[in-house]
Amino acid sequence: MLEQIEGSQAVARTVAMCRPEVICAYPISPQTHIVEGLSRLVKAGELRPCEFVNVESEYAAMSVAIGASATGARSYTATASQGLLYMAEALYNASGLGLPIVMTVANRALGAPINIWNDHSDSMSQRDSGWIQLYVESNQEAVDVHLQAFRIAETLSLPVMVCMDGFILTHAVERVELPEPEQVDAFLPPYEPRQLLDPAEPMTIGAMVGPEAYTEVRYLAHYKQMQALDVIPEVAAAFEQRFGRSSGGLLRSYRSDDAETIVVALGSVLGTIEDVIDELRDQGVSIGALGIRTFRPWPSEEVRSALEHAKRVIVVEKALSIGIGGIVSQNVHGALEGTAVTIHTAIAGLGGRPITKSSLRRLFADGIAGELTGTTFVDLDHSLVDGESERMMQTRRSGPHAENMLRDVGIVGAGPV
Amino acid sequence: MFETRIHGRGGQGVVTSAELLSVAAFREDRHAQAFPSFGSERTGAPVISFCRIDDRTIRTREPISLPDAVIIVDPTLLHHVDVFSGLRADGYVLINSTRSFAELQLGELCDGFRPERLCTIPATELAREHLGRPLPNAAMLGAFAQLTGVVTVESVAAAIRQRFSGEVAEANVRAAQAAAGLVPPSSGKAAQEEAINA
Amino acid sequence: MTATRLKYFQTGSFAAGNRLVNPESRSVQSGAERANAITCGHRACQGCGEALGARYALDAAMRATGGDLIAANATGCLEVFSTPYPESSWQLPWIHSLFGNAAAVSTGIAAALRAKGNTHTRVVGQGGDGGTVDIGFACLSGMFERDDDVLFICYDNEAYMNTGVQRSGATPPAAFTTTTQAVGEEPGAPWGQGKSAPLIALAHEIPYVATATIADLRDLEAKVQRAMSIRGARYIHVLVTCPLGWGTPSSDSLRVARLAVETGIFPVWEGAYGDVTAVTKIRHRLPVEDYLQAQTRFRHLFKPRRRDALIERVQARADRNIRRFGLIDPVEYDPVALHVEGGS
Repeated sequence: MLEQIEGSQAVARTVAMCRPEVICAYPISPQTHIVEGLSRLVKAGELRPCEFVNVESEYAAMSVAIGASATGARSYTATASQGLLYMAEALYNASGLGLPIVMTVANRALGAPINIWNDHSDSMSQRDSGWIQLYVESNQEAVDVHLQAFRIAETLSLPVMVCMDGFILTHAVERVELPEPEQVDAFLPPYEPRQLLDPAEPMTIGAMVGPEAYTEVRYLAHYKQMQALDVIPEVAAAFEQRFGRSSGGLLRSYRSDDAETIVVALGSVLGTIEDVIDELRDQGVSIGALGIRTFRPWPSEEVRSALEHAKRVIVVEKALSIGIGGIVSQNVHGALEGTAVTIHTAIAGLGGRPITKSSLRRLFADGIAGELTGTTFVDLDHSLVDGESERMMQTRRSGPHAENMLRDVGIVGAGPV
Repeated sequence: MFETRIHGRGGQGVVTSAELLSVAAFREDRHAQAFPSFGSERTGAPVISFCRIDDRTIRTREPISLPDAVIIVDPTLLHHVDVFSGLRADGYVLINSTRSFAELQLGELCDGFRPERLCTIPATELAREHLGRPLPNAAMLGAFAQLTGVVTVESVAAAIRQRFSGEVAEANVRAAQAAAGLVPPSSGKAAQEEAINA
Repeated sequence: MTATRLKYFQTGSFAAGNRLVNPESRSVQSGAERANAITCGHRACQGCGEALGARYALDAAMRATGGDLIAANATGCLEVFSTPYPESSWQLPWIHSLFGNAAAVSTGIAAALRAKGNTHTRVVGQGGDGGTVDIGFACLSGMFERDDDVLFICYDNEAYMNTGVQRSGATPPAAFTTTTQAVGEEPGAPWGQGKSAPLIALAHEIPYVATATIADLRDLEAKVQRAMSIRGARYIHVLVTCPLGWGTPSSDSLRVARLAVETGIFPVWEGAYGDVTAVTKIRHRLPVEDYLQAQTRFRHLFKPRRRDALIERVQARADRNIRRFGLIDPVEYDPVALHVEGGS
């Protein structure tokens, strides 16, 4: 059914149609609307049987999901930002135990400084957690990919993180085709666990493994996740067959087959990028985009074949690996090893700074003109940074950066002047 | 693409307004994207919401910086926030006020824009009259539909009925219709089109 | 009534075995049909109080549920010694997730069972004092306040023994641990710190809270059985000795646990919905010195010189327990006399 609906509500209704049996909820912006929606559906009896557990932390949220999943229940939770970090230990545990939990990450920046707005710092920080990571571009894709996520997770017995841009998608009201429950039931069979806590067949789950087998267990975890490179496209194909629209998968190329310049990005910024690419194509610029839909496992070969014909690649990423720079671009570098493709890294949209078309036009023009060097911080206010650097050089007790810089930009209430 | 920016304060239903506008457009089988200025603003703080309307899929996610229209739900913002920032020369302005642009000391503004696209509407008063509560959004949207023609007043009414129910919905629809009736016939898109066709 | 009842200590005591009592009243461990939830072959130290306590507790829970039980375990000694890859001692479905989340994992199991309409399978969460009173406390408190249908059992040996005897929130004052060394003016663990997890559990007003020790295993079994007859969040806090961490001979595990009870150091009680409902009276009261001297973790209170002031403070803690929980009937209770007795 076609609806004009908020992203979070669309996801809540879709997740409900996937019939999770246990949902754990802990509030954190910008994820809250999703679990609020699910709470209503469970309380109203529209989703049952389902246990909705209001937990005391994200750590508990993931832990309850672990217990429930190991007991054979389809389990779901959602989080963002600090919440994802707070459950980090449990994330590794869920993947290490091979529990097919599905979680929405409403992408948000990490503190300090505390910042509730969107970027990809949170999920990128957990890229090595053993979870499959899928990034969505629109709310339609968020709906579609959640459906696929349960099937992927349960096929492989691995947890899946669906990453959707906080606020930009979660709070956006737009046109979404919601599936019919019967369609979902036909697409997503009941969960058949690979391992189960069952008194009829007692089993020990989570035993200690020493040096004699740890490498093998980790190898298997890697091998299993790499299998997702086959399973994800299969599930996307099955989805397209049943629902009649293309969604999910590993990558999505946009006007890039013959492009000299290819922009690589994840998530909702791809929409803005595509608009700019259309403008530039109209002007005769040879440019296209590659959307990374599956970031973990990293589809290295697919990325390579999608990019290797280009002269240059500009990776626009909403996260920063402090001490090295880009995260996605490191992966792109690996995929393009041995090719002549020039790779530029552009860090943009951190902490909710809008990524505007005009900034992107400038960035792409600079890239094409060969003027990008090293890591570019899009729209960085150099004077602000220089002012604080100066302050640090002048006085030992220069104070906290964030508050100093807020005063510099004239934000009221930033503290004593 | 028609881009609208709505200015108000936390608690005034600014986000809901953008959503209702998008639903009205959706009901006319158009594509629409509504989203708030993302933040943790509390009741009373300045809040912005956005709505894009187009005939094809809307892909861009940037905030609206060059709007085709601005709706100012709370006139106390006029001299605190640059509510007209980036407004296109042929853009629309709808302000919730009992006073005229001149009385609001916005005379200069009128010089830069097309006067028939500038309108004030006593939406809060209409809301008090029809709803018994000072919730001006429905009235503002009714007037906005009449002023811009970007959606019909009927679609706004349908969006209101979809979102609310019973007497609340009907009272809001009445407020919207009353507000639409207060938009001078010489204003807005309809008048402009008539002029072209004449 | 003037008749004098004969005391058959074999039946009147709670000693393990109890072959003389009628079958229903016999201890779980005395029966051939016991579940052996933790079966032989595990790697616990000689004299491990936790292994003993867990075995009795889980076998009692297994009997109470007809073997229809799932256990979630926190990281710690119990987890490590019971599941050395590729072997497992557990004869029931058992999951270990993390150090701090056993209560939440238990909640998840219970939620899954409820969602599946399974009303018969029951859930036990368990951990040591670190996994319960420290790192796992938030999850435990959450499980309590939601009144999730979980029995959580803490095997409290009063320090992080698995990592080499470091201080926990359950370590008593003056006790030596590797992070509260026996040096300085007030050697050992600091005074005025630590918490009573069972009292905090009771404050959640959950349907059942109990303390127990491995000195009275029949009592532990009975409490587990009672806990399993109740739905909702339940908590049993079991004092278990640790020969390594306490510095006691392996053969003394039960004796030292009994001393903890008989001195009033560890009050044994039951509670429900916020109130203490029953206490185990002290039968032969002993001065705390007997308990302290039995363990090298308190050696610095006696050597190289005797620290009377500190011993008095420990005695005062025991006295307070006795007063607070009424561990001795008022008639018999004479703190002054006890001080004289205990000060020898």
